Amino acid sequence: MSNGRISPVKNMEIKVPEFSLVVMVGVSGSGKSTFARKHFRPTEVLSSDAFRALVADDDGDQSATPDAFDALFHVAGIRLRNRRLTVIDATNTQKEARRGLLELARRYHALPVAIVLDMPNKICMDRNRERPDRAFGKHVIPQQASQLRRSLRGLRREGFRHVYVLSDPKVVDRVEVERVPLWTDKRSETGPFDIIGDVHGCFDELRALLEELGYRVDVRRSEGVDDGGLSNEFDVTHPEGRKAVFLGDLVDRGPNVPDVLRLVMNMVQHGNALCVPGNHEVKLLRKLNGKNVRVAHGLAQTLEQLEGQSATWMSELRHFLDGLVSHYVLDHGRLIVAHAGLREDLQGRASATVRSFALYGDTTGEIDEFGLPVRHDWAKEYRGKAMVVYGHTPTPEAEWLNRTICIDTGCVFGGKLTALRYPEQELVSVPAREVWCEPVRPLESETSEPSNRTAQQQHDDLLWLDDVAGKRIVSTRLRPNITIRAENSTAALEVMSRFAIDPRWLIYLPPTMSPCETSTVDEYLEYPTEAFAHYRAAGIESVVCQEKHMGSRAVVIVCRSEEVPARRFGIEGNGVGVCFTRTGRAFFHDDELERALLVHLRDAIEAAGLWDELTTDWICLDCELMPWSAKAQALILEQYAPTGAAGRAALREAVSTLERAADRGADVAAQLERHRTRLAMLDRYVEAFDHYCWPVASLSDYRLAPFHVLASEGHVHVDRDHVWHMQKIARVCDRGGALLHATPYRVVELSDPASEADATAWWRQRTDEGGEGMVVKPIDFVARGNRGLAQPAIKCRGPEYLRIIYGPEYRAPEHLARLRQRALSSKRSLAIREFALGVEALERFVRKDPLRRVHECVFGVLALESEPIDPRL
Amino acid sequence: MLLTISTTREPATDLGYLLHKHPDRVQEFDLAFGSAQVFYPEVGPELCTAALLLDVDPIGLVRGRGSETGGPLGRYVNDRPYVASSFLSVAIGRVFGTALSGTCKQRPELVAEAWPLQVRLAVVPARGGEALLQRLFEPLGYSIVTHRHPLDARHEEWGASPYFTVTLTKTTTLRELLAHLYVLIPVLDDDKHYYIGVDEVDKLLRHGAGWLANHPAREEIALRSLRRQRSLARMALERLRDEDESESRVEAVERSAVEEALEQPLRLHRVRLDAVRDALHDLGAKRVLDLGCGEGKLLRLLLRDKQFECVVGLDTSIRCLEVAAERLHLDEMAPRMRERVELLHGSLTYRDTRLEGFDAAALVEVIEHVEPSRLSALERVVFEHARPTSVVVTTPNAEYNVRFAGLPAGRFRHADHRFEWTRSEFATWAASVSERFGYASTIAPIGDVDDEVGSPCQMAVFRR
Repeated sequence: MSNGRISPVKNMEIKVPEFSLVVMVGVSGSGKSTFARKHFRPTEVLSSDAFRALVADDDGDQSATPDAFDALFHVAGIRLRNRRLTVIDATNTQKEARRGLLELARRYHALPVAIVLDMPNKICMDRNRERPDRAFGKHVIPQQASQLRRSLRGLRREGFRHVYVLSDPKVVDRVEVERVPLWTDKRSETGPFDIIGDVHGCFDELRALLEELGYRVDVRRSEGVDDGGLSNEFDVTHPEGRKAVFLGDLVDRGPNVPDVLRLVMNMVQHGNALCVPGNHEVKLLRKLNGKNVRVAHGLAQTLEQLEGQSATWMSELRHFLDGLVSHYVLDHGRLIVAHAGLREDLQGRASATVRSFALYGDTTGEIDEFGLPVRHDWAKEYRGKAMVVYGHTPTPEAEWLNRTICIDTGCVFGGKLTALRYPEQELVSVPAREVWCEPVRPLESETSEPSNRTAQQQHDDLLWLDDVAGKRIVSTRLRPNITIRAENSTAALEVMSRFAIDPRWLIYLPPTMSPCETSTVDEYLEYPTEAFAHYRAAGIESVVCQEKHMGSRAVVIVCRSEEVPARRFGIEGNGVGVCFTRTGRAFFHDDELERALLVHLRDAIEAAGLWDELTTDWICLDCELMPWSAKAQALILEQYAPTGAAGRAALREAVSTLERAADRGADVAAQLERHRTRLAMLDRYVEAFDHYCWPVASLSDYRLAPFHVLASEGHVHVDRDHVWHMQKIARVCDRGGALLHATPYRVVELSDPASEADATAWWRQRTDEGGEGMVVKPIDFVARGNRGLAQPAIKCRGPEYLRIIYGPEYRAPEHLARLRQRALSSKRSLAIREFALGVEALERFVRKDPLRRVHECVFGVLALESEPIDPRL
Repeated sequence: MLLTISTTREPATDLGYLLHKHPDRVQEFDLAFGSAQVFYPEVGPELCTAALLLDVDPIGLVRGRGSETGGPLGRYVNDRPYVASSFLSVAIGRVFGTALSGTCKQRPELVAEAWPLQVRLAVVPARGGEALLQRLFEPLGYSIVTHRHPLDARHEEWGASPYFTVTLTKTTTLRELLAHLYVLIPVLDDDKHYYIGVDEVDKLLRHGAGWLANHPAREEIALRSLRRQRSLARMALERLRDEDESESRVEAVERSAVEEALEQPLRLHRVRLDAVRDALHDLGAKRVLDLGCGEGKLLRLLLRDKQFECVVGLDTSIRCLEVAAERLHLDEMAPRMRERVELLHGSLTYRDTRLEGFDAAALVEVIEHVEPSRLSALERVVFEHARPTSVVVTTPNAEYNVRFAGLPAGRFRHADHRFEWTRSEFATWAASVSERFGYASTIAPIGDVDDEVGSPCQMAVFRR
């Protein structure tokens, strides 16, 4: 990493790393701004003149210089934080001025580059004379020029990684600026890769692992040893063109360092492998370069094994080690490999800090009881998008934590040598042949609690406020970039923290559902015609109509046995699952009742053979739980029943008083008739909600009607159509006695009027009996119509049920006419967004993402639910 | 909604003059919220009855309002069209305006006459029950007959409704009768359908002239008449209410009227805050967190002590923080004082980096509002990550509950409490937290110690 001299630029091009801080150096009038304008985008160039103008309305006001630089540094800092090339257009002839900029570059790990315009004084003075706003003393230019020339030789030492000096105006005109990728930038390499952990000279294990991974390892004998003996040469290739990635620490401690090095160097040379350095390589190189290093930690074995190697090969080795780059950014930025891992703010950047982090990890400077450096576990706080694969810290098992994984499984200490297949994310290991070296610190001594929970689950015990608070944008597979407004997050935070169940259970919240457009049929507000028309217009061919149950929405997670919650959900305690409401609260306040329901459901699933069929030991179901009164008792007592009581009492009194007035001949006939009709409507209303109320004394009084098999191990079942869901559930309900209730449904071909008429008649019959109505869904769980993602479901509610939504008297013609005017677009947009978030939550959970990634989606659904939308829709 | 007014003063038909409504005609009036009819079911010299029938448009109540959510008017299913409420007051003002103002052009001498009058209100929502009806009307000299309606005759288990049919009888002027009804009907209902502005005070004073000032329940009347509007923050929260939760639970943290009423005689709230302040002072803390600061009572106390250089309150309820900001007069605070205090919205079950680096944290009556299953998250947020040098925690002593006469056995002091601990449960918890997170703890009583059941409240002080 040590090229870049002071390059006097004659006619060629200037190479600038594509992420760097470019510092223009030159006296006033030397042509810095012209140069910057010509070679960089206007937004990349921060000019001190422009900032003086911004803060003081005058680009020549020297008294504004401190403020101008304050602002300039602030903007430059933000640009660098966002990894944007930035050019500083100021004289920068003084060392103090440059020091601040170098400090800034270091803070954001940008490579500092100096481009010096060392023009003859006369040219600069002539140019300044032509500019009326540059009226400063004659002494200024020579003074700056002498500062500049005094600085020239020291620029590299000050810390600039590249220094280009242009001193000929003709060359300035011809020169080209080329942007070159950083050495760490291998984004165009997309794999597939086999990433291999710390080898430490364990050649046999390495060879076995490579063969296990499908590589062909050919060995040749060739001259390579000083005394004329033969050494091994290796040709390693993969028939499918896979590439190996070595995470460093190839050397030290193990039995056969030379062959490991030969193999890896050969693979790298032939483009079959990439390799990043480990701390042991760095130390070895220093030793080979004649530096004074303490020979410990296995270096002695390496040196011994390297004795007798040919001078040519040793020189190749030095060259190889010297050329190793701290880390690599691979596969369009999706994968980072580094020996000791890398924090997000250091990835794809270059500085001494980046290199030292990549080599040694996040050391705190402390030394532990075994004499080893104490490391801060950066992975616990990792929030980056890129996957980070690293080694360095031997652990018994490679485990994912926040999209990072350490695959050093201590082969040299008698553990195993592990590779991670990318993009498959599959771990492949071979056991160590023997304990080649006794570990200084026992492998298990990390924070391991006696538990069968994964590292990720242990870490996930605690969510961070930063992961949910404020305005958030969540990207989902079904719909990119769903915005959650800060006000909504606020309401959701309060509900989550005060009322919701353990967030580890909350892998899903159901979306809201829009009704159909209003009907024009007399006395009807909603009618199936509009629901079918909606989907027909969206380009959907067939739909399923499911009876809508008047109960309460319930999400049920049920596990096959008691140990599953701990193993899969990270929740230790008793129970085989959970039942929660649409806002994430526990459905039952009575644990025994919940348990009885879950056990009953579990047994029905067992009897139906669904566990084995879906190869899972847990299932998440979307359900309706009846009776409505079980959950809505408060609502009935505080709203529905009182309205009925007040309405009937008031209207009875009105009718009898009007009758008395009519008896004495007052002209109240019309009013009397009207109030009799109103009283009849109140009676129907009370009848309507009474239908959904029955007392619950024990489990046998409940009815559970599942309608979606949302997810099970390894699978979110949104790729199955609704008939599949209905059939699977019907089989479970068959075995579930009276408690489980299969939902009646019809499939409707929208091109077939008879099919539609049949479903409409079915709806009329059901709703005439007081039924709530039906839900119409595209036959595919996730349906894309001609206008993108289709509504996952549309409800069509029956006329009796709507009395408890729109009020006892809604069916009076004068009311109905107004109620038909309603806007559905916000509700529908919300339904789509919540649906996408809910599916995303399940998908993240199923692929074992960190809890915060699942929680983010579920939290988003809850937040969106606090949007002000007409609650009657 | 129906209101009838009868008199037996002969000739009873004179009622028509006073009401300015002819007994033989049926008259209709348009109102902003519907319409009203006046007709006479009984007309005779011995008995004359006028009826005011209010036809409130139930759809209009919901439609066309700025916000279609929250509050009883936001729902189509509500009792407003059927009960005596502020709508009736407005209708009285419009339809019987001349009588209410005491004018009668044709027979001015009748205005000041006291007549035997009887009023029947078909449905009155008395939020406060029969006792409230008596409290309001008996001091004014009415005799009251009430009939309470059941919620649903077929569901006896649901109990009684808040609705009464009420008959009020008194010999008085019609004008006074109407003024009483005008003011007291919304008080019974404890709600108003319109925005309460400053002119509401004038209205109250005008119609209450001559009787309100001496009414023993005048404070209650004023308070209920000038009811405040709901905040937007609360409405957002309400949308996330589960169907089985009553409003009171959502509001529980904001108002703990029951708990305060129980503890009031002991002045426990004040004693507790003083104890916490003293503990924080003695710990030498300078930068202090009040976790679960509620409406900011402890914050206010701490600000008075100059030892506390920085006082940060955190609460999960935005509504509470709004009130706290108001009570602390944050907006008009002097700059140096303002710099000492900060309010944060957050949650104790999510790790929060803003809480790191403090000398002490207080959790005053907070832990018992957290689900037991979420308590471990709170412990880690506070003791592992925020990790102040000291932590002061208070919580009720469940053993003491038997000393509260108003508290049924087995019930918590507050509807939102998820648990209440005995002294030994609290001690066990404190010891476990100390051990896991490397703190040492001591426990002290708060309030007078009862030999048998201990103090009403208990406090643990953790030191690192």
